[in-house]
Amino acid sequence: MSSDIRRRKLDLKNGRVDLSHGAGGRAMAHLIGEIFHAAFDNPMLRAGNDQAAFEVGGGRMVMTTDGYVVSPLFFPGGDIGSLAVHGTINDVAMAGAKPLYLSAGFIIEEGFAFADLKRIADSMAAASRAAGVPIVTGDTKVVERGKADGVFITTTGVGIAPRELVLSSDRAQPGDKVLLSGFIGDHGVAVMSQRQNLAFETSIQSDSAALHELVAAMVAAAPQGLRVMRDPTRGGVAATLNELAQQSGVGFRLDEDVMPVRAEVAAACELLGLDPLYVANEGKLIAIVAPEAAETVLAAMRAHPLGRDAALIGEVIADDHHFVQMTTSFGGGRIVDWLSGEQLPRIC
Amino acid sequence: MKYVDEYRDGDVARRIAAAIAQAADPARSYHFMEFCGGHTHAISRYGLEDLLPANVRMVHGPGCPVCVLPVGRIDMAIQLSMRPEVTLCTYGDLMRVPGSHSASLLRAKAAGADIRMVYSTLDALAIAQAEPERQVVFFAIGFETTTPPTALAIKLAQARGLGNFTVFCNHVLTPPAIRGILEHPDLDGQPGPKLDGFVGPAHVSAVIGSDAFAPFASEFEKPVVVAGFEPLDVMQAILMLIRQVNDGRHEVENQYIRAVTPEGNTIAQAEVDAIFELRDSFEWRGFGAVPLSGLRLRAAYRDFDAEQRFAMAEISAADNPACECGTILRGIKRPTDCKLFGTLCTPETPMGSCMVSSEGACAAHWTYGRFRDHARRNVA
Repeated sequence: MSSDIRRRKLDLKNGRVDLSHGAGGRAMAHLIGEIFHAAFDNPMLRAGNDQAAFEVGGGRMVMTTDGYVVSPLFFPGGDIGSLAVHGTINDVAMAGAKPLYLSAGFIIEEGFAFADLKRIADSMAAASRAAGVPIVTGDTKVVERGKADGVFITTTGVGIAPRELVLSSDRAQPGDKVLLSGFIGDHGVAVMSQRQNLAFETSIQSDSAALHELVAAMVAAAPQGLRVMRDPTRGGVAATLNELAQQSGVGFRLDEDVMPVRAEVAAACELLGLDPLYVANEGKLIAIVAPEAAETVLAAMRAHPLGRDAALIGEVIADDHHFVQMTTSFGGGRIVDWLSGEQLPRIC
Repeated sequence: MKYVDEYRDGDVARRIAAAIAQAADPARSYHFMEFCGGHTHAISRYGLEDLLPANVRMVHGPGCPVCVLPVGRIDMAIQLSMRPEVTLCTYGDLMRVPGSHSASLLRAKAAGADIRMVYSTLDALAIAQAEPERQVVFFAIGFETTTPPTALAIKLAQARGLGNFTVFCNHVLTPPAIRGILEHPDLDGQPGPKLDGFVGPAHVSAVIGSDAFAPFASEFEKPVVVAGFEPLDVMQAILMLIRQVNDGRHEVENQYIRAVTPEGNTIAQAEVDAIFELRDSFEWRGFGAVPLSGLRLRAAYRDFDAEQRFAMAEISAADNPACECGTILRGIKRPTDCKLFGTLCTPETPMGSCMVSSEGACAAHWTYGRFRDHARRNVA
């Protein structure tokens, strides 16, 4: 753990949860580290991945869970239901695993329209059928009006990974290449465009998608060369790479000129004062690969529809400070730091 | 992105950088203050420091509205937000600015205060209209750029007969702060920064006009180049300043001709003048009381003045004594000169306002530039 993280403790006696503790930045890392990790501590959790992998008679099982509180519930390119299926499938897939089953828990606010609930359930069903990953168990709770915001969904996913394939966030090494599967920021901008106080016209659709087949293609292409895979959701590419830098004890150097950002997303971010590197994605992955495998994996990604616009965006470097650095399009250098506080509330 | 990418072109940047390297006299140094936080952000975000020769140094100025707001005004806003009938509407940046005793609007919100982040004055107006039972207060801050939208909101509130909308006015003026730095460069015995010229404000100048800076060129003999907020604008302005210094000139030049005229936006000026008047004095963080530097609502608009409606008492509170925001805002010290920088004070746990706003000198250096400190230390 770096000095940055270790330095400040939560005020466990008098402090309260504020919105920055859910924003995917350092404050959230503190909250998870000092409350949840401290309480549930075990070796699998301590590995700090988005899923846990463990041996079960004959293979390695992968398990993950994720809560979805996106607002608004329906947005261009998806809704909370499809998101809850895709997001959890992706967390299983990032271990290089084949997702097998999902569970779904619903916390529903009194007064929520059945029609909307049906629409969400149908969307989950469609997403799960398309991905070939059934929802096999679930739970439903209803709370008083005002105690939730429409509906919150938690999904849990399990899958199986090949025994010899170990992808983990502590495996990035200096010299490794950083691959990104396509355009960044689409999901965050699509959701924001529907916000009541922001509403703007855009043709951008959320990129929400299940990535397990793209992952399978990458694993098939170069099983030995893959070190880490992550889907850069909340906090975007910046948050994901900062986490990996900490967990692997390395730094990154990125090249702004090759970062895939759609013109519409760049324009919306410009207008809102956001940096696309911090905006959420729900259908993209970052892969850290050994240098000799980079070309092969990139070609496999580009051959798949969900990786058509994949790019090599930078490399892993040795850096005791675990900085994510970027050469700007302007030719200067900058850090791509952790997100401070809250950039966008509730996008997933 | 048309009309944006053109001003961020790396090839053009390298050409201007070469011209700067050629123009800069190696026998001397150049110290230019960029007044605006928008320039500070552009310099850090695009890594301009890497494109300038070692003898051309940028000194960050006080032009960050969140940064110059004194602790007392934050305390007043927090107190106001605690009133059960009040909904306080604020720009997001202000949420994390520390008041006294580590209080902040973010913490007040977590403790139950009704504080809402808005993107414009019109959002606050819409809330007042939708929730007539709430007393909606807009926490107005900023320089001449953000004052016209506040004036517009007050005008609309009056036209719509909104009795539940008020403004907590903290608008301040740019020229008195520049004058403060030039007339009293030292602070508590610490010598002021060496300044060879100013990169003049971008959006502020679009409102008040480039002529507003004429006294600094004539009276104080400092070159001023009004510049846009894009990185190429800043690079070009630096080149223009170096040429003025080399020629022994001290003029107001306008690099930002696509938006700024000598007289500015006279319609906006008239709207502001109709609703606001000068306060005798207003406190700035790092400056203390600056005469004729802040605005308040005219008596005719007292119904829309939160300070009047809620009989808000003026609070004067001291900065954290270890925090160097004051000297940093005046260009006397750099962020890394502060003992708290990066130790106790980070964007997650800001001790001073300069670490909060993305336009603040400390936040900009921490967020984008601190790798250079480590690189320097490693070389040493």
